[in-house]
Amino acid sequence: MATLTVSRPPFGGFSFENCRRNAVLEGEANKVGCSLPAARKTGTTICGVVFKDGVVLGADTRATEGMVVADKNCSKIHYISPNIYCCGAGTAADTEMTTQIISSNLELHSLSTGRLPRVATANRMLKQMLFRYQGYIGAALVLGGVDCNGPHLYSIYPHGSTDKLPYVTMGSGSLAAMAVFEDRYKPNMEEEEAKRLVRDAIAAGIFNDLGSGSNIDLCVITKGKVDYIRPHDEANKKGVRVNELEVAQLTGDYKYKRGTTGVLSKTVLDLEVVEETVQTMDTS
Amino acid sequence: MLNLFDTRGLRSQLKDSIPVAGLCPTGSYGLQDSMRSGFTSVKNELLPSHPLELSEKNYQPNKDKMNFSTLRNIQGLHAPLKLQMEYRAARQIQRLPFLQSSNLALDTLRGSDESIGFEDILNDPAQSEMMGEPHMMVEYKLGLL
Repeated sequence: MATLTVSRPPFGGFSFENCRRNAVLEGEANKVGCSLPAARKTGTTICGVVFKDGVVLGADTRATEGMVVADKNCSKIHYISPNIYCCGAGTAADTEMTTQIISSNLELHSLSTGRLPRVATANRMLKQMLFRYQGYIGAALVLGGVDCNGPHLYSIYPHGSTDKLPYVTMGSGSLAAMAVFEDRYKPNMEEEEAKRLVRDAIAAGIFNDLGSGSNIDLCVITKGKVDYIRPHDEANKKGVRVNELEVAQLTGDYKYKRGTTGVLSKTVLDLEVVEETVQTMDTS
Repeated sequence: MLNLFDTRGLRSQLKDSIPVAGLCPTGSYGLQDSMRSGFTSVKNELLPSHPLELSEKNYQPNKDKMNFSTLRNIQGLHAPLKLQMEYRAARQIQRLPFLQSSNLALDTLRGSDESIGFEDILNDPAQSEMMGEPHMMVEYKLGLL
């Protein structure tokens, strides 16, 4: 090949080589009338609330791919550090990779400082990374945790802006969930009350938004303890399939019963054992 | 031998500093690769294919420039001068150009040995399927090309 990249050493990270080709392909596809497949989004309801001793995070469990449900029970509450968890809405791959990268960075940082990481550190790392990519990484996050300064809750938007609030919601069902919060939030709630509030907010998102559904996951973070409750509540139960003929079995049976095919005649031949030899095999 | 390898010939340095846009299509033998980049057009060659492409290419140099200028404003000229001397020294500890060097000293100076980013996960150069032509790359580095 005559043109080689001799001048610059290869470096890692995002490669934009195929962008032009993809734009041309998309143009061609649109001319014919079909469209390229959409990335899997989480079309979600996620929310968080600060209560007396900590933070409660909640999320639904449906992942959509265009108009089809791609995953009926996906886990949207990601681990960042032992005292910090993050719910993610938006493109599923983006939220997954972003939270994993920040989790690794926080671990390295906490090993280097020798302290438990702070929620503000995670927030700053996330917002700087998302701003660097100018919103092309579609990850809307709700970050919550308890550190040496108490419980904290942040919401982080895909372009890199953040808000520090006592209660936040994100995702396509955020308006439904926010309505519940605005009605019933009180500062310094007890843990059970906070869990009920988050459960009701997510349920509002599940029942009123097409992009959210299935179960409700909760994560209660207090000083020194994390309760990851998955599933906390199965709001949408899928029906149980019953075979009409065999009520005891729950799943279909594909074996045909005796008598399905009519039997014309039956002969039984007894086999006689004439000789039996054993050949030893060396299996060492 | 060490002397030859740690200075770049003047011609190769000059070539890098002048950006050549639109005069050399990216297919083999310098021809347009229609399968990968579509039909030729002036707009395609002058503008980057993605809004983030330029910003990402210059991210590290821009960050360094910003840090050095802040340091100069706060602590005076000696601080960035000393640091840049160390960077230059560390940048010269390299293997031959077609081999992947670990850049351990440079990473430690920059602080990127304590962080993980997309450049460590995606497109790891140590695992790229194509290798540069060894002779051409060494000749380019020595400025003989």
